[in-house]
Amino acid sequence: MQFWIIQTLNSLALGGLLFLLAAGFSLIFGLMRIANLTHGALFMLGAYVGVSVLKVVPNLWLAALASGAAVAAFGGLLERFILRRISGNSQGQVLVTLGFAFIIADLCLIVWGGDPIPVQTPEFLRAPIVVGGVAFPTYRLAVVVIAVVVALGLYLLMERTRLGAMIRAGVDDMQMARAVGIPVSRLFTIVFCLGSALAGAGGVIGGPILSAYPGLDADMLPLALIVVILGGVGSLVGAFIGSIIIGFVYTFGTALLPDLAYVILFLPMIFVIAFRPRGLFGRLST
Amino acid sequence: MTRFWWAALAAALVGLPWVAGDFYVNLTSQIFIAAVFAASLNLLVGYGGLTSLGHAAYLGMAAYMSGWLYLKYGFAHWIIAPLALGATTLAGGLFGLVALRATGLGFLMITLALSQVLWGLAYRWAAVTNGDNGLSGLQRPQPFGVSIEGPMAFYYFGLVILVVSIWLMSRFVNSPFGAALRGARDQPRRMSALGHNVWLIRWVTFVYSGFWGGVAGLLYVYYHKYIHPTSLALTTSAEALLSVIAGGSGTLAGPIIGSAIVVVLKNYASAYIERWNMLLGFVFVVIVIFMPDGLVPGVRRLWVRWRGAKK
Repeated sequence: MQFWIIQTLNSLALGGLLFLLAAGFSLIFGLMRIANLTHGALFMLGAYVGVSVLKVVPNLWLAALASGAAVAAFGGLLERFILRRISGNSQGQVLVTLGFAFIIADLCLIVWGGDPIPVQTPEFLRAPIVVGGVAFPTYRLAVVVIAVVVALGLYLLMERTRLGAMIRAGVDDMQMARAVGIPVSRLFTIVFCLGSALAGAGGVIGGPILSAYPGLDADMLPLALIVVILGGVGSLVGAFIGSIIIGFVYTFGTALLPDLAYVILFLPMIFVIAFRPRGLFGRLST
Repeated sequence: MTRFWWAALAAALVGLPWVAGDFYVNLTSQIFIAAVFAASLNLLVGYGGLTSLGHAAYLGMAAYMSGWLYLKYGFAHWIIAPLALGATTLAGGLFGLVALRATGLGFLMITLALSQVLWGLAYRWAAVTNGDNGLSGLQRPQPFGVSIEGPMAFYYFGLVILVVSIWLMSRFVNSPFGAALRGARDQPRRMSALGHNVWLIRWVTFVYSGFWGGVAGLLYVYYHKYIHPTSLALTTSAEALLSVIAGGSGTLAGPIIGSAIVVVLKNYASAYIERWNMLLGFVFVVIVIFMPDGLVPGVRRLWVRWRGAKK
C-alpha cells in the first residue's frame, strides 16, 4: 500500500515538473512553430542558478522566482536578438536552439562543475504527513499543488485575458492575427520569456527531487518532447494530461522494470502517433 | 581537367599513409567513418528534405549489436556484421513507420525522441549494454584474413568502405527513384497527384539511410574497439547534422567535407581546450545564421561566378 501511494505521488510530482517544462515548450511551438531544443538546458540552467541563489537567500520559492526571472531574461534575449534574425527559417531556428543547448550545458559545466549538487527541501516540507498509518512525502504534494496552480494560472491567462486571446489568435492563424493588428512579433518574445521562466523555475522546484547535475538537460528534453508529441502542440490541456501520463509511465516503469523504463516511455507516444498524429489535444498537425 | 583532379585526389588518398604519421592516418580514418555517417544522414536531410536529429540511433545500435554479439556469443565478425546491419535496418524500418507519420519539425522531434530512448536504454539496460562502463574488449575483424589492426591497414579498410558506400549512395540519389525522392521533397502534393507514393518513397529512403548509418556504426566500433552510450547521445546526431549542413546538404561532396571540418575541429579543439560541446554549439549557430546553404554550394557559386567573369 505504501509503495503504491508513494509511487503515485512521485508520478504526480514528476508530472507536475514535466508540465512546468512542457507547457512552455508547447506554447512556444504552437505560436512560433519552432521546437525550442534549449528547453531542457533552460531547465538545467534554472536549477543551477537556483543553487547559487540559495546560497545567498535560503528560500526555495524566492530562488525559484529569481531563477525564473533570470532564465526568462536569457530566453527573451535569445529570441529577440538571435532567433528573430532568421525568422521564417524554422529549421534554422531549431538548429540554433540546439546550438545554444550545447553552449548552455557546457557553460553550466564550467561554472558549477561536474558533481551533482543536491538542493535542500524547505524546512517545513521535510516531515511527511501521516494519515492513517500511511506517510505522504510533503514536498511532492507541494510540487503537485504548485503545478496545478500554475496550470490554472496559465489557463486563466490564455482564456480570460486580452494577452491570452492574442496568443490564441496567433496560434490559430498567424497571418490573420498580424493582419488585424496583433503585434505577433512582440508576442513571440513574451511567450518565449514565459516558457523560459517556467522552465527555469521548474528546474529549481524540481531541485529537491532531481538535484542539479550535468545531463539533467538531456534527461528532461526527451520527456518534454514526448509529452508534447503525446498531448499535442500548442495545447495547455494536452501538455497537462500528457505530463501526468508520462509522469506515471516513467515512475512506475522505473520502479517495476528499471532496465526497460525508457522503452515503456515509447509506448503511449507510438500509440498516439499511430492513431492521432496531432496528439491527444493538438489543434495543429506538426 | 576534371579527370586530372580526380586522379590527383585518388593518388593523395592512397598515398597519404605513406607520408603522414600515425596520428594523421588515424585522424583521416575517423573522417572516413564520420563521412559515411554524415552521407547516410544526408540522404534524408538533403535529398528527402526530412531533418532527422536521431541518426545516432543507427550508429549506436549497429555498434552495440556488434559488440554484444561478439562478447556474449563469440560469433565471428562475418556472421555478426550482417546480423547487426539487419537488426539496425529493421529498427530503421520500425522507426520510419513512427517518424514518417509526421514531416518537418514533428519528424525532427520524433526522431530525436526515439534516439534518446535508445540512449537511455544504453545507459540503463546494464545487463546487455554494461551501462556507463560501455562494452570493451572488442576486436577488429580480419576481412579476407587480412589484419586491419594497424593504422595504415584500417585506413585502407575505411577508405574502401567509404568509396563503396558513397558510390552506392550516389547510385541511389541519381536513379529515377532519387529523382522521385527529390520531387517528394520539393513538391509532395504534385508527386502524389502524379501517382507517386510519397510516403513509401520517404520510408524506403529512411530505411536505406538507416542501413548506411549502421555501416558507419560498424566502422565506428571496429575503429574504437569500444562502445559507450555517448555514441547514441544527441551530440553524435548533432555533429552529423552539422557536417551535412556545414558541407552543404543535398550534395554528395558536402557531407564528406563537412565531416572533415568537424572531425579536425573536434580533434584540435580537444587538444587545446576541453570545451568541444560549446564550440560545436557556436559553430552550429554561426553556420546556420551566416552560411545556411553550406560550404560546398557557397564555394561552387563563387567558382561559377569567377569562371563566368573570366569568359
